[in-house]
Amino acid sequence: MSAETLARIQFAFTVGYHFIFVPISIGLGVMLILAERRYYKSGLAIDKATSEMWKKIFAATFAIGVATGISMEFAFGTNWASYSRFVGDIFGAPLAAEGLMAFFLESVFLGVLLFGRNRVSKRFYYVSTWIVVVAAHLSALWIIIANSWMQTPAGYRIDARGIPRLDDFFKAAINYSTIPRYFHVVAATWVAGAFVVAAVCAFYLLRDRDKWMVRRTLGSALVIGLIATIAMPLTGDRGAKEVTARQPVKLAAFEGLYQTQDDAPMYIIGWVDTANQTVKGIKIPGGLSFLAHGSTSDEVTGLDQAAPNPANRPPEQIVFQSYHFMVGIGMLMLLIMVVALFEHVRGKLERRRWLLWILALSFPLPFIAITLGWVSAEVGRQPWIVQGLMKTKDAISPTVSAGDIGFSLTIFALLYLVLFVAWVRVVSKVIAAGPQLDQAETPEQPDRRRPITPGPAEVDA
Amino acid sequence: MTLPWIWFILVGVLIMGYAILDGFDLGIGVLYPFLAKDEAERSVLRSAIGPVWDGNEVWLITAGGALFAAFPFAYAFAFSGFYLAIMLVLFGLILRAVSLEMRHRDEKWKRLWDATFFLGSFVPALLLGCAVGNIIRGVPMELSVTGGGGGGPDYAGTFWQLLNPYSLLVAVTGLAMFVTQGSAWAALKSEGALRERAARVRSIAQLVFVLLVVATTVATLVVVSDQVSHAMTTFWGWLALVVFVAGIAIARWAMSRGSDVGAFAASSLAVAGLIGLWGAGAWPYLIRPRDGAYGLGIQAPLLHSSHLTLTVMLLIAVVFVPIVLLYVAWVYKTFWGRIPREKAEY
Repeated sequence: MSAETLARIQFAFTVGYHFIFVPISIGLGVMLILAERRYYKSGLAIDKATSEMWKKIFAATFAIGVATGISMEFAFGTNWASYSRFVGDIFGAPLAAEGLMAFFLESVFLGVLLFGRNRVSKRFYYVSTWIVVVAAHLSALWIIIANSWMQTPAGYRIDARGIPRLDDFFKAAINYSTIPRYFHVVAATWVAGAFVVAAVCAFYLLRDRDKWMVRRTLGSALVIGLIATIAMPLTGDRGAKEVTARQPVKLAAFEGLYQTQDDAPMYIIGWVDTANQTVKGIKIPGGLSFLAHGSTSDEVTGLDQAAPNPANRPPEQIVFQSYHFMVGIGMLMLLIMVVALFEHVRGKLERRRWLLWILALSFPLPFIAITLGWVSAEVGRQPWIVQGLMKTKDAISPTVSAGDIGFSLTIFALLYLVLFVAWVRVVSKVIAAGPQLDQAETPEQPDRRRPITPGPAEVDA
Repeated sequence: MTLPWIWFILVGVLIMGYAILDGFDLGIGVLYPFLAKDEAERSVLRSAIGPVWDGNEVWLITAGGALFAAFPFAYAFAFSGFYLAIMLVLFGLILRAVSLEMRHRDEKWKRLWDATFFLGSFVPALLLGCAVGNIIRGVPMELSVTGGGGGGPDYAGTFWQLLNPYSLLVAVTGLAMFVTQGSAWAALKSEGALRERAARVRSIAQLVFVLLVVATTVATLVVVSDQVSHAMTTFWGWLALVVFVAGIAIARWAMSRGSDVGAFAASSLAVAGLIGLWGAGAWPYLIRPRDGAYGLGIQAPLLHSSHLTLTVMLLIAVVFVPIVLLYVAWVYKTFWGRIPREKAEY
């Protein structure tokens, strides 16, 4: 394999892997705030135990997120040296800013979160939880700023040597796609956090254990899950309109639209026949026109006009399928959250074992959807690494050989496999153990407003 | 001219922060299998860095980001040129980053995580110095014309050429520096027998470190004499030298008085001085050329980002670096104090 192919595989693998853990730390962080807030307000040992449990999962996930995040920062220099030289004037700044504004905050206060329970005041501990989670959201902002600039570059001019130079910092940072993409990504992490928490809660209910904890946790997770799953298509729609305007090739590839046409259809499911340049599948006539322009009859630019030269098109099948499965899974998750919350509000969720099984087993869905979303966004931009400015094939490191990358890719694969096994071990251990009431804790006044332990009637019901 | 100079210093300050702070984490990781005699002592060592190591590592990440933003050509050159070495550092850092947390939660695999904690500290502690050695000594460069943006200077040597005697000497010096930092922090955070042992290691490690610095200086005079003379014609070079010597002297004095805080602070001062000396000798080069087709090297005043980028970044740094320092100091204060062996739980 060529160095370029290996470099592409390595980046896709390491960044895809990294972004399994990132959504958990951001999304679970939100759940952690809720848990810590309950403890801050109630002072109950059970709320503390619950928060501690999420914190253990959060910490193990965060550790892998940090570790695999260092790879990403290094990767631009090691494998994509030409890219780094080309975009350094603009792309480097958000990475440095992420370090100074977000990552320091996140890491330093994580220390407080993990070790400071008995060293800082209760109020400050609660505030520290907020700081860590807000910093994680800030971190994501800078990364999305950097990535969005690759999708819809703005705020630059081309200098005499043909290199983009920063012209307007705010235009470059808040470029055309930054805001919709940021909210899309953040909502996705919240979906992930909600599904993880809901899965653990459903698991406990199925096992008939730790019900007091589930009753204080599940409702808020489902509410956040529903809000976030609703936000996904809304933010996605905003993003798609930017894609229509700024990345017509990507939009056409999403739907396999080869010919520019009015009444462009949207497929529910389909297969791209790349040889005949058509799509076979179930379609909604005019759907794409409606999504892109708000009217079913409007013209949508197809690949024929957006990228007349086939060399400037992304691999249509991958983009089409990843996009469609992302949307499909998104809708499925929305459905699950609607049904689950509905049953929860009616107070019947605990008895709907089939629904609990669905909740307990559907935690991988957000991660599959997130990965597919990144594939459609990043592969959909190909052959460009920076849309319209630089092609991916021109971005690699001239001096790094295929052997070098093959070697590092092998180690990455092995190392990341070990990390994954270790992470699964730790997380499943924490979940199996459940919330651990601190024995040394002095017995506290039970909260009279809510039942903490299920009464016999509730258990039997 | 001023902005590249300021950014040269700022990147240097970030490297200093890393060498001082993550320096003691790395040092503790290297000493971990040797310094602690039982499970409780190992726990003390882990607890000593538990709340802070993650934040300490951010200095490296921010230094990398700042180098990328301010001097993309140097970033691209070093990371792609020293590919295998950088990858080994990276694998070390990855292992180290997960080993503490995983060990804490997974009793059965603790031997594995103990081993990776050591290895993940040792490899970066050694190889970072090796990279610095090559940057001081100079590396063969050629001008790549392939790739987007018209290419730029690229590394023209092999991995094995990086392992030259001079750079290996710097690598060992760096290792001694990290071990000194690590033992000084361990002495500061522990009690009883462990504290005594750490203090002994600290004293020996620092003597070895000073001897290695002297040896490196002599070697530098032989290999790249102009850098020494260059450093010694500038105010900054002399300042760094004074800081280094004062740091060592105060550290010895503090050790003799049994002040662990003083020893650690002064030892950190010496680290800052040494990094300062490197910077004073290197300016204006970020990376020196040697035996290559491309003789210009990578000079800060020639190959830097646009003034607008450097200005915006400077504004961000001016606002946020003091804030970062404030809360980092606050967290250190929060976790201040020795960890009794019976109270170490991490």
